[in-house]
Amino acid sequence: MATIDAEGGARDLNPAQVGGQPEAVVVRFAGDSGDGMQLTGGQFTLSTALAGNDLATFPDFPAEIRAPQGTLFGVSAFQINFGSTEITTAGDAPDVLVAMNPAALKVNVGALKPGGLIIADSGEFNKRNLEKAKYAANPLEDGSLAKWTLLAFDISALTLLAVKPFGLGNKEALRCKNMWTLGLALWMFDRDRQPLIDWLHSKFAKHPVLAEANVAALNAGHAYGETAEIGGQIRQQHVQPVPAAAGLYRTVTGAEAISLGLVAGAQLAGLKMFFGGYPITPASAILHYLAKLKEFDVTTFQAEDEIAAICSAIGASYAGQLGVTSSSGPGIALKGEAMGLAVMTELPLVIVNSQRGGPSTGLPTKTEQSDLYQAVYGRNGDTPMPVIAARSASDCFDCAIEAVRIATQFMTPVMLLTDGYIANAAEPWLVPDPATYAPFPASFLEEANGAEGQVLPYKRDPQGVRPWIKPGTPGLMHRIGGIEKAIDTGDLDYSPGVHQAQTDARKAKVDGVAKATPPQDVAMGPTSGKLAVVGWGSTYGPIHQAVRRSLARGLDVAHIHVRHIWPLPANLGDLLKGYEKILVPEMNTGQFKTVLRDQYLVDAQPLTKVSGQPFTIAEIEAAIGTYFDGVPGDAGGSEVPADTTQLPSIEAINP
Amino acid sequence: MNDLTPIKRTIKDWESDQEVRWCPGCGDYAILKAVQRTMVDLGNDPAQTVFVSGIGCSSRFPYYMASYGFHTIHGRAPAFATGIKLANPELDIWLVTGDGDGMSIGGNHTMHLLRRNLDCQVMLFNNEIYGLTKGQFSPTSRVGTPSPSTPAGSVDAPALPCAFALGAGGRFIARAYDISKNLPDVLKAAKAHKGTAFVEIFQNCIVYNKDRFADFVEKGVADSHQLWLKNGEPMLFGKGTKGIALDVARLTLKVVDVVAKDDGTPDWQAAGVLVHDVANRTVAHMLVEMPFGAFPMALGVIYDDPRPTYEAELLGQDARVRAGKSANLAKLLAKGQTWTVAGEDQGPLAGV
Repeated sequence: MATIDAEGGARDLNPAQVGGQPEAVVVRFAGDSGDGMQLTGGQFTLSTALAGNDLATFPDFPAEIRAPQGTLFGVSAFQINFGSTEITTAGDAPDVLVAMNPAALKVNVGALKPGGLIIADSGEFNKRNLEKAKYAANPLEDGSLAKWTLLAFDISALTLLAVKPFGLGNKEALRCKNMWTLGLALWMFDRDRQPLIDWLHSKFAKHPVLAEANVAALNAGHAYGETAEIGGQIRQQHVQPVPAAAGLYRTVTGAEAISLGLVAGAQLAGLKMFFGGYPITPASAILHYLAKLKEFDVTTFQAEDEIAAICSAIGASYAGQLGVTSSSGPGIALKGEAMGLAVMTELPLVIVNSQRGGPSTGLPTKTEQSDLYQAVYGRNGDTPMPVIAARSASDCFDCAIEAVRIATQFMTPVMLLTDGYIANAAEPWLVPDPATYAPFPASFLEEANGAEGQVLPYKRDPQGVRPWIKPGTPGLMHRIGGIEKAIDTGDLDYSPGVHQAQTDARKAKVDGVAKATPPQDVAMGPTSGKLAVVGWGSTYGPIHQAVRRSLARGLDVAHIHVRHIWPLPANLGDLLKGYEKILVPEMNTGQFKTVLRDQYLVDAQPLTKVSGQPFTIAEIEAAIGTYFDGVPGDAGGSEVPADTTQLPSIEAINP
Repeated sequence: MNDLTPIKRTIKDWESDQEVRWCPGCGDYAILKAVQRTMVDLGNDPAQTVFVSGIGCSSRFPYYMASYGFHTIHGRAPAFATGIKLANPELDIWLVTGDGDGMSIGGNHTMHLLRRNLDCQVMLFNNEIYGLTKGQFSPTSRVGTPSPSTPAGSVDAPALPCAFALGAGGRFIARAYDISKNLPDVLKAAKAHKGTAFVEIFQNCIVYNKDRFADFVEKGVADSHQLWLKNGEPMLFGKGTKGIALDVARLTLKVVDVVAKDDGTPDWQAAGVLVHDVANRTVAHMLVEMPFGAFPMALGVIYDDPRPTYEAELLGQDARVRAGKSANLAKLLAKGQTWTVAGEDQGPLAGV
C-alpha cells in the first residue's frame, strides 16, 4: 500500500510484502471501554481465521468495569496480527489504528508504525472529549499526526444515518458504531461479511430490530470503503491464507483451552472433576467456562474465598474426584497453606495460576510472569510440587492434560502457569482428536495392602507414590492429616528420623517426575553453539520470531522453550552446557534465570520486562544481536542500537 | 453374601488404634466416648463415616475414631467437608472444631457452611481458650480473661457461637456440655437433621481454663441453672419451680416462678411458661442470647427446622442440566465456528 510519510515521499505501509500483497498486518482497535472494542476485535479475529490467515491477538482493557467515558484510563484496545506466514505474537507496532475517540488516539498513536494508517471518528473529537483526553488542540486538525496517514470522518453521524430506518434511540443507534467500523475493516482486508451477519442474527435473535440495525451499520461501513468517498487514501488489500496443516480449525483462548484440557485430562484419568474457584481477574474465565460443561461430569463450586476454593478441591480429591482450583497471583498466595496440606497428605490436585502483574493487587488486567518463585518455592517447609507452564493459548490444552496426568499418577498437587496474555488471547487451533491421547486411568486401593489386613495409606510404590483410597471403601478406614506421619501407616509421628525420611521421600517422588516427562527439545536452531535463548510460558511467540529472524541473518542462536519448570527436564543441564551463552527473556525481574543458575551453575543472563505488556520481537532480536553485534561470527561486546520501531508500553503514555 | 442381618457394632469398633493424647482429665475424653456411643446407637458404618477437623486440641479428634478421618488446616474444615460431600453425598460427615478454629480463623467458612446448609454435623468444642497454643484468650473468652497475651485481662466482647450460627442461617442449633448424659441424644438429633446441624459443646480445659462452666455444670447448681429444651414441652427448670416466659411489653424473655398444682405438678400454664417449639426461629434467637446468671443456660435442641440441603440443590441442578446431553469430547473440542484447511489428510475430525 502506497502511503505518504512525514517527509512527503511514497512508502510502503508494510515492508513485508509477498507479490504486492502484505505478508502480515497488525491492526489495533481502540475506543472507550463502552465502545465494544473487545467484541469488534473478537469478531474481526473470527473473520480473519475464516479467511485462512494465521493470527494472534492481544486484548488490552482497563481494570475498571466502566471507567468514566472518554477518559484516558477508560481506553480499551484489541490488537490483532494476521498474515500469510506463521504468526506467534500479537505483533510489535500496528500498521493500522482505529481510534473511536480522542483518548483512544492519544493512548495508542505512539505505538503506530511511522506511515501507518489512522482511522478516527471525527464526530467524537469535540471540545469536551478533547479536554478529557488532555488535548490542547484537535490533533486531527493541527498537523501533529503528520507522520502517519490520517483518515478522519464522522463515523458517529454515518452510523446514525445508516440505522435511521430502525427508529432506535440516539444512544442505542450509536452503539452500532463498532459494527460500522468493523464493516470498513472487513472491506479493507477483503473479508466475507456473511459469518458476521449470521452471528448478529443469532446474538440478537430476541431483538430482530437490533440485529437489522447492526447489519445495516456493518453494510454501511463496508459500502463506505467500496465507494470513492475515501478519496483514494486507502485501498483494499488481500492477505493470502497461510499454508497450514490440513484439518479442522477453530479459534481458542487460553482460558478455553485450559478448561477443555482439564475435561480431557479427567476423561483420560477416568475421573469426575470438581472445580473450586473464587472470582478473580483474569482467572474467572475458567470457572465460567467449566460451569457450562456439567455434562462432562464437572462440578463447579464458587467458594466463599480462595482458601475455601482450594480446600474444597482437596476435599473432593480425597473423596476420589479430580480436584482442580484456579486463581491469579494474590489468590494463589492465599492458597499456599492448603497446597502444603496436599503435598503432605499426597493427594492429587491441579492449581491453575493465570499470572498477572504484581505484587499485591498490582496490575489485575495486565500480563506478567512474576509468580515463578511463588510456584516453585512459595510454601512453608520443604514442599516440593511440580510446576508446568503453557506457552500459548493452544498449548494450554496439552499442558492441562499433562498437569492432570502428573497429579493423578504421582499423587501430588501440580501448578499450571499461564498468564493474562495467554488467558485472553485467541489463536487458531488445529482441533485435536481426543482418541490420539493415551489414557492414564487412576486406580484406587480396594483391599488392605499390608500384612494381616493392615491398611497402609502411605506405603509407597517403586516411584514413591502412595495409594489413593476413597472414603466409603469398606475395610480401609484410616486417618490422614497435615502432621508428619510414620512410614507406611501414616500414623502421627514426628520423631527426627521419620521427618527426615518422609521429607526425603516427598522430594524423591517429585524429582522422579522428571523421569516420566519428555526430555527438553530445541524449538528452533542448533542443539549446541554460541547462544541459547531460553524461555518459558507466553514469551514463546516473540522469542520464536526473534530467533527465526536472527537465524535468517546467519546468527548462531537457538530457541529452547521449557514447559516443565519443576522438576526441570532431566537433560536440560547437559543441553544448556552445549551453548557458550544463555539468554533468558522473561516478564519478571529474572526468576527463571535464577532457577537455572541454581540448578546447573550456568551463566544464564536475564532479559526482563515488567511493563504489563508482552515482549516485542524487536526487543528480543536486539538483545540477541548484542552477542554478535548483529553480525554473524562476531563475538559481540558493543551495544546494538535500540530498535526505534519498538512498541512503547501503553502505561508509558497513559500513566 | 446376602446375609441381611445388621452388623452389631460395639464401642470397640469405633476406637482407633491410636493412643489418645489429650491432657488427663480433659473434657474431650468424655465427648469422644459420647460420640463413639452415639455411633453405636445409630448403627453407623465406619466405612461411610468421615470425621473432618481443623487445628487445635479438639481437631485431633479424627485420629481417635476408627472411621475415615481428615485432620486438615486451621479453620478450613468446612471447606474440605464441602468438597468431600459434593464428591460423595453418601458419606456421613462430622466436623470437629473449636472456638478458635471455628469462630476465629475459620469464622468465614463456618458462616458459609451454615448459609449453604451442607448436610453434616458440626461439633464446636467451646472451652473459651486456646489450648494447643498454651492458653491465649479466644473469641469466646469472657471479658477480663487473663492470659499470656492479655496479662491484664482481655477486653474483647466474646462471640456467642449459637447466636452466630443462627444469624448465619443455620437450621439446627443445639447446645450441650462434655460430661452431660444428654450429649448422645443431642448428637442423635443433629444426625437426624438433614442439613448443617450446629452443636456447641461446652468443654472443660483443665489446664488453661479449668472449671469455666462450673456455674451450671456442677451437680449442686445443675437443676437451677440448666434449661433443657424439649420440643412440645414447657421451658421449666429448677425442678419445675421456674420457667421461661415471654415479656410481651419488652419483647424479650423473662424468668417466672412456677407454683405446684394440688397434685404436685407445676402449674406452668398459670405462670405463662412458653412451650418449646423447635421451629420457632424468633424464640430461638432469644434463647441463644439469654444472659447467663439472670437466666439459666439453654441446652438441648434449641432450633430445628430443615430446608433443602446444599448438595441436593447443587447436584440436583447439575443433574437437570446434564439430562439429555451427551458428553462427546470430540464434538466439544470442535464446537463453535470452525473452518477446514484442505489437504490430503482432512484430519480425523473433518465433518464432526
